[in-house]
Amino acid sequence: MDLAPRILTARFGVPGSHTLEVARACGVYADLGRVLRLEAEAIAAQVRASGLRGRGGAGFPTGAKWGFVPPPERRQGRPVHLFANADESEPGTFKDRVLLWHDPHRVIEGTLVAARALCCHRVWIYLRGEFRFLQERIDAALGEARQANLVGPDILGSGFDCEIRTFRGAGAYVCGEESGLLESVEGRRGLPRIKPPYPALVGAFGDPTVVQNVETLANLPWILEHGAQAYRAWGTEASSGTRLFSVSGPVRRPGVYELPLGTPFRELLEGCAGGLRPGRRLLAVLPGGSSTPLLTAEQALGATLDHECLEALGSFLGSGGVIVLDDSVDPVAALANLTRFYAHESCGQCTPCREGCGWMARIAARVAAGEGRQEDLVTLEDLARSLRGRTLCAFGDAAAAPVLSFLETFRPAFLARVRP
Amino acid sequence: MNDPWAPDLAPLAREILAGALVPGAATLPLLWLVQDRRGWISDEALAWVAGSTGRSLAQVEAVVSFYSMFRRAPAGRWVIEVCRTLSCELAGAPRLLAHLEDRLGVRAGETTPDGAFTLLAVECLASCGSGPVLHVNGIPFERVTPERADALLDALREDRLPERPEADLWTWPPAS
Ligand SMILES: Cc1cc2nc3c(=O)[nH]c(=O)nc-3n(C[C@H](O)[C@H](O)[C@H](O)COP(=O)(O)O)c2cc1C
Ligand code: SF4
Ligand code: FES
Repeated sequence: MDLAPRILTARFGVPGSHTLEVARACGVYADLGRVLRLEAEAIAAQVRASGLRGRGGAGFPTGAKWGFVPPPERRQGRPVHLFANADESEPGTFKDRVLLWHDPHRVIEGTLVAARALCCHRVWIYLRGEFRFLQERIDAALGEARQANLVGPDILGSGFDCEIRTFRGAGAYVCGEESGLLESVEGRRGLPRIKPPYPALVGAFGDPTVVQNVETLANLPWILEHGAQAYRAWGTEASSGTRLFSVSGPVRRPGVYELPLGTPFRELLEGCAGGLRPGRRLLAVLPGGSSTPLLTAEQALGATLDHECLEALGSFLGSGGVIVLDDSVDPVAALANLTRFYAHESCGQCTPCREGCGWMARIAARVAAGEGRQEDLVTLEDLARSLRGRTLCAFGDAAAAPVLSFLETFRPAFLARVRP
Repeated sequence: MNDPWAPDLAPLAREILAGALVPGAATLPLLWLVQDRRGWISDEALAWVAGSTGRSLAQVEAVVSFYSMFRRAPAGRWVIEVCRTLSCELAGAPRLLAHLEDRLGVRAGETTPDGAFTLLAVECLASCGSGPVLHVNGIPFERVTPERADALLDALREDRLPERPEADLWTWPPAS
């Protein structure tokens, strides 16, 4: 069998990989001069053909998203903005931090490729507030890149200008949602916007805007260098390429692992993460961050890591944040923890989300403390159901997913905890 | 912006405003500037940011209260944020937090009377594979056992941030 290429992790662990000198010696920016001289449409066509889908959570096809942005001749003089999303706040997800730490120059290069395809000359990398240490590292990388004519005017003599800056949030999960992010950048509370209009038409400062996860962007140089077909050789029909999986929970070697999509979950759990601790049994898995419905142990052990399989099982690939639960975990306490997270992070604009998340957290805490009643479980389920599909942004569905899937999977454990 | 309140901040503020596409977009960067330099965001600072960005006081106040990292009151010299979300909880965050509360003699959310430490319980810090994790003034420390927490507090009491082996920090397949 061919060994899967390290599309995203080739430079991880290489000493000094965050410096321009080492990054260049390892091939970063080697193809950039050629790519920036291509027609924008030629880049977009490669990306469409590659089947690349977003790595931020929703899995939207990247090429199709770019297709919604008006081409330069229909922009009436308005600029297009690109935001690299490094808000990374979905519980269980830590791959963007690791990617940016080890390979900031590849993210910058990918950002430039996307900017060229979108004819966009101004990009921000949006970092969550807690990523100050990353901002310093990326700013240093940007400084080096600017000096080397890789960022700024007339990059590598291609005639293409692009300025990239970092922007830091200040602690709000919902600012990872693309329109919440744009509100934050404009200097307001990160309240997600009513859509339509979608950011591709009316985004930051009223201009057409694309928000793209940083891992998505980091795939682009490889796709342009090796071609869409080489990329498609990895993964499945609807899930091409490789992904960074963040594995956490009680496994022996938690960490970030790059695997082709379509890899059996077992391979990630046992081959990469070293399996569970001795004597432990798998209980369940949150496959794509805390917002994705959990898989039972049996489902997970039979699953492959791709959009098709996980969606057939009623869940999602999400952010690739795989939270493993073994039989030492109390699912009732785990749900109380997650509901508290969503109650803390709801922006409060939509009544079902603001009230529902608050109540779900209070009830789940009560049940976990052994002070709940059987009717609390019914209320919990009702609250989660009335959230789904009734909110401004996908946060509502995200908050409902763990509640509904935990109640369904662990009904006996919840019943055992409440009074009749 | 030319407020005599902040002569030392004015040059940096000018730079931030010059780089903002619209003045409002400077709001978060200016708030960070103030908090980084002054430790917290006072009424005077709010007015200064509002004046610089052309926003009302109420608008800026709403922004400050929305983001959990902005502070409207002074904090300790060392701000310790302990992640309490699921993966860290499973890795021992409750024990770590209880240990720190015990050692510092404060509850999460409080500052020690001598002003040395503020202890906070926060949500997922994107280090879920190496929990329990805490940030000290924004610097992450991962896999923090109670013993490591003690060593950390000892160092901080002497006003120094202990060395961390880099491998312990940002690893992918993990350290040690
Ligand atoms: C509540 C919420 C939080 C989100 N957080 C993030 C995040 O931290 N990082 C991210 O890349 N996308 C996040 N997203 C998804 C973004 O809205 C958006 O779909 C994504 O950044 C698009 O990039 P992609 O197509 O490359 O994945 C979040 C969505 C929601 C609803
Ligand atoms: S669903 Fe929740 S987080 Fe999203 S806009 Fe509504 S209240 Fe805010
Ligand atoms: S759960 Fe603690 S860092 Fe993510």
